[in-house]
Amino acid sequence: MTADAATYDLVVVGAGPAGLAAAGVAARAGLRVAVLDSGARVGGQYFRALPDGFRAARPWALHHGFSRFVRLRDGLDGADVLLNHRVWAAGPAPGGGFAVHCLAGREERAGTVTGARLLIATGAHDRVLPFPGWDLPGVMTAGGAQALLKGNLVVAGRRVVVAGTGPFLLPVATSLAAAGAKVAGVFEAGGRFALAPRALTRPGKAAEALAYGWGLARHRVPYKGGRAVVAAHGDGELTHVTVARVDAEWRPYRGGHETVECDVLAVGYGFTPQLDLAAQLGCAIGADAAGGPAVRVDRHMRTGVPGVYAAGETTGVGGADLAELEGLIAGRAVVADALGVPAGTGVGARPEPGTGFGPGIRSEARVGARLEARRRRLTGFARALLRAYPVKDGWTSWLRDDTLICRCEEVPYGRVKEARDLGAADARSIKLLARPGMGWCQGRICGEAVARLAGEEPGPPRRPVAQPVRLGDLAAMDERTSDDDS
Amino acid sequence: MTGASPYRLVGARPEPEFEVRVDGRPVPVVPGQTVGAALHAAGVRTWRTTRFGGRRRGLFCGIGVCFDCLVTVNGVENLRACLTEARPGDEVTTS
Ligand SMILES: Cc1cc2nc3c(=O)[nH]c(=O)nc-3n(C[C@H](O)[C@H](O)[C@H](O)COP(=O)(O)OP(=O)(O)OC[C@H]3O[C@@H](n4cnc5c(N)ncnc54)[C@H](O)[C@@H]3O)c2cc1C
Ligand code: FES
Repeated sequence: MTADAATYDLVVVGAGPAGLAAAGVAARAGLRVAVLDSGARVGGQYFRALPDGFRAARPWALHHGFSRFVRLRDGLDGADVLLNHRVWAAGPAPGGGFAVHCLAGREERAGTVTGARLLIATGAHDRVLPFPGWDLPGVMTAGGAQALLKGNLVVAGRRVVVAGTGPFLLPVATSLAAAGAKVAGVFEAGGRFALAPRALTRPGKAAEALAYGWGLARHRVPYKGGRAVVAAHGDGELTHVTVARVDAEWRPYRGGHETVECDVLAVGYGFTPQLDLAAQLGCAIGADAAGGPAVRVDRHMRTGVPGVYAAGETTGVGGADLAELEGLIAGRAVVADALGVPAGTGVGARPEPGTGFGPGIRSEARVGARLEARRRRLTGFARALLRAYPVKDGWTSWLRDDTLICRCEEVPYGRVKEARDLGAADARSIKLLARPGMGWCQGRICGEAVARLAGEEPGPPRRPVAQPVRLGDLAAMDERTSDDDS
Repeated sequence: MTGASPYRLVGARPEPEFEVRVDGRPVPVVPGQTVGAALHAAGVRTWRTTRFGGRRRGLFCGIGVCFDCLVTVNGVENLRACLTEARPGDEVTTS
């Protein structure tokens, strides 16, 4: 399938639960839809699927709610699915609508897909914090370990420590253990029971949490709160970590340290939405419940830029259920806007499969209202989780002068401090003086840490391109989609 | 290790493996696996050293965000091993 010269009613970037749900709704309503994803298979992070080469008899064993994925995947109804397409820029198209620039395949063939409307469903990546030894091979993100397993059937390590903060540590630890790794411990920097009272307000989630708890118990995996991995050690590769007992601000107690042997550390401090495309397009970016950046949307998932919608983690980290629901709402809004009727009405009297609404409900407006109400509930739960697992400032006490802050440009903490001493008062000035965030990853990995070291809330990204691109491809474009210089 | 394995967990009956060569050494791949996953599975945890400090690097984010896993395949430099699906006969060189 070629990506060139196609014009669609809707272009969806991201084939996770949010993008798939939206694309399905729009395609089933008769719109011409393209779904682009950099991955080789649809599903996104949560529903990351195994290659067919494994011929798995029980592919659902690695996923909660696999039947939902099958429904999403099989409900695309004629949408063009463009896999292995990395979108590096998006902007207004000369003739109206949007031009989405991508690189296809290993050969990175440059192409452009245009559409009247655009949905940004690019999901999130793991949020990580620097600590001594965090760049040793064997230290990975929690999501990365999960991706290796779900997408490649590779168990990250033989003896694994899982650490960081947030409810995501539990599924990572249980799936690693179920796949045969010895999980030496799960170390939650926050309080151990932060989740419990909140989870009980959502019955489905309480059951899921119990299942994980049971899974950990069955594999005899210790789960300890108020503990953080404050250093990783090894001669060239990871062999052990230092786990410290930490106070409520995450400062280690003196003497509360233990050494845990492991060949892999899976570490994650929550997620950061991938907002490059939204920022390029000029969508307003606000703060989520924990102060992190997220695209601002109205109740129909429209961003402030007419024709651009956002759904899933890009609008605030909330997990796969909420992402799928937001995709559904966004898809309905796209259809309504394309038909010129008020959003939340007029998508056709048929209730969407998978929404839990029986065929007895005939009124489109009522379906819309119930979807919105459900979104409010799930968003409330997601916010409570974000507030229950904040990043606390004490992590900076784990740093030493030679701890790398920026892995790409190899900028140690000492140099960031020097920049601050020279008067660099904000993240941007620190970046200009000490160069953290100026390398390959464009600050995706260290941006959060640099912002926090500058005493700022992590802001929206300012990247001219969402993916690295050859200069020739850049020059071939009629106009730059962004004039940002950072 | 317990008796559990990821293959048993999902009931995998994988297609025959093929080989890629990493600095001349054969590494087995199940069709569909990425170069990074195949290397990691074969116990190769690091395939790049950094410009300044000569630090060793392998997989970190696993999803194409961090660029730690850069690798050269068939002479094409700077591919992200975690995103690049391996093909039979690929020549992978590390630096
Ligand atoms: C590595 C990782 C693993 C995770 N694993 C789990 C898990 O096991 N369980 C769980 O509950 N939650 C997991 N999560 C949390 C996850 O964010 C949500 O569960 C859920 O997948 C979010 O859905 P989404 O549709 O918003 O985005 P995603 O599912 O993240 O989908 C976004 C898609 O957009 C694509 N994309 C992004 N940028 C571009 C671009 N520029 N060009 C082309 N395509 C692009 C990505 O390839 C991805 O497929 C994980 C998160 C990460 C980062
Ligand atoms: S491991 Fe991060 S880009 Fe490949």
